[in-house]
Amino acid sequence: MPVSTAQHGQPQWRLRTTRAQWLQYLAWLAGVSLFLLCWKLISDNTMWVFVEDAGRQGADLISRMTPPEWSYASQLWKPMWDTLNIATLGTALGIMLAFPVAFLAARNTSPHPLVRSAALVIIVSSRSINSLIWAMLLVTILGPGVLAGIIAIALRSIGFVGKLLYEAIEEIHPTPVEAISATGASRLQVMSYGVLPQVMPAFAGISVYRWDINIRESTVLGLVGAGGIGLQLNASINTLAWDHVSVIFLMIFATVLVSEWVSAKVRHAII
Amino acid sequence: MSTMSSKQRQHLAQQGTWRRLPLIASPGLRWGLVLALAVYLVLAFASVEVNWARVAEGASRGMNFLSAFMQPDFVSRWDDILAGLLESLTMTVTSTVLGIALAVPVGLGAARNIAPLPIYVICRSIIAVSRTFQEVIIAILFVVMFGFGPFAGMITLAFATIGFMAKLLAEDIEDLDWRQVEAVRATGAGWWQTLNHAVQPQVMPRLIGLSMYRLDINFRESAVIGIVGAGGIGATLNTSISRYEYDTSAAILLMIIAIVLLSEYSSSHVRRWTQ
Repeated sequence: MPVSTAQHGQPQWRLRTTRAQWLQYLAWLAGVSLFLLCWKLISDNTMWVFVEDAGRQGADLISRMTPPEWSYASQLWKPMWDTLNIATLGTALGIMLAFPVAFLAARNTSPHPLVRSAALVIIVSSRSINSLIWAMLLVTILGPGVLAGIIAIALRSIGFVGKLLYEAIEEIHPTPVEAISATGASRLQVMSYGVLPQVMPAFAGISVYRWDINIRESTVLGLVGAGGIGLQLNASINTLAWDHVSVIFLMIFATVLVSEWVSAKVRHAII
Repeated sequence: MSTMSSKQRQHLAQQGTWRRLPLIASPGLRWGLVLALAVYLVLAFASVEVNWARVAEGASRGMNFLSAFMQPDFVSRWDDILAGLLESLTMTVTSTVLGIALAVPVGLGAARNIAPLPIYVICRSIIAVSRTFQEVIIAILFVVMFGFGPFAGMITLAFATIGFMAKLLAEDIEDLDWRQVEAVRATGAGWWQTLNHAVQPQVMPRLIGLSMYRLDINFRESAVIGIVGAGGIGATLNTSISRYEYDTSAAILLMIIAIVLLSEYSSSHVRRWTQ
């Protein structure tokens, strides 16, 4: 407890020691200066005339977006179905690939430290690169279409599912594993009867959670040509058809809300 | 639970015909899900059109990309890469700070146990809107409003940060230890004092951890919103890919991965230090 003594010998309670106080002050000073420096760099690169104009532009945008042209919605069912397929098939492919990677990356199931670091590298690189970037690359390689979107989503999901799953595997209870190995089970049998049942609920929860995120991400993949509703969005924005854009936005909003609800329900049922 | 009693299961085990418990206990639901999944997969695969000729054509380009990854070119576009990275990093810092500063009041308002109902509803709808739309979609709107450049990107990331941080902060406040709040209230503390001495100490470690995590996410997102004109390394990356300069794209991707690794490593240190 940091205490200082007053002049007449009475102890006084203080929140921090002098050292902690100074450290905190310095940390704040460094943080605020960094923020101001970054702010200055951004402000130098900004056309402030445009920013001052933003309110008017925003109002103009809203007036162009309303009323939404509802009849356009009938053309959106096919792209929306494509978007759902990109998200779902991409998640399925992603978790299939992530499952073995997670077992190789978990400290207690990995066969060798070298294999473990290789698996961790896969997880980190997949996590660092956004699915839109993957899609951009894959569109130049595979050509525009749903397939590029599916693979992009899958590649991005490996890292997410792999990371959460390997953390779940590292947190399992060792007792069932020991019990199974005591019966003379082989390595794979221990995995299947000792480890797997313990991580299965977590795995199902993580997968559904990632599916929900992927629905959100797959709505924009079309911007770079990877299929789905993003293609329509891109086309509408390029032709300045803002009343179509607002229909697409509402559709995305509804789909994401529904998928979030489904995923929350399923995760609630699992846990 | 299982349709079989544990006694029956034990009996079966003694006969050597034991089977493990299925993940989904009710057989109707289990087979129903399998059937639904099968029907969906058939429908989905039927509607996915793949131009295999185009895929085969692109295979050589894929090989080009892989070989470029083996020998990334940092040098020839170094100035562009540096400018893009600097812009991304400044965008990340400012947007995270702004976003968190705005997320704290929204998060307080979205916690049902300390906010009155009307404020709760308003704050929850802000969170819902901010979380539903992908950063890229928000960026499109802000680029139209604020013009091209990092300012629009910063606003976008700050807006996305609000939804993320406020939701998690509100959840954290909703399950805090209420006894401490009562203790502080019993001393006659007002609303602000309760917040400062009972709520804040309980949520602070997690708030700092989440902020570090969000810093990380914002950097990763800043690499993509450049595609729609909101500044940052994404614009550079987009240009390099569309010009088929894969060695430069590989260099940019490697630098993104390195920075994310670095920030993940340091954020785990910060988190250990605060908890």
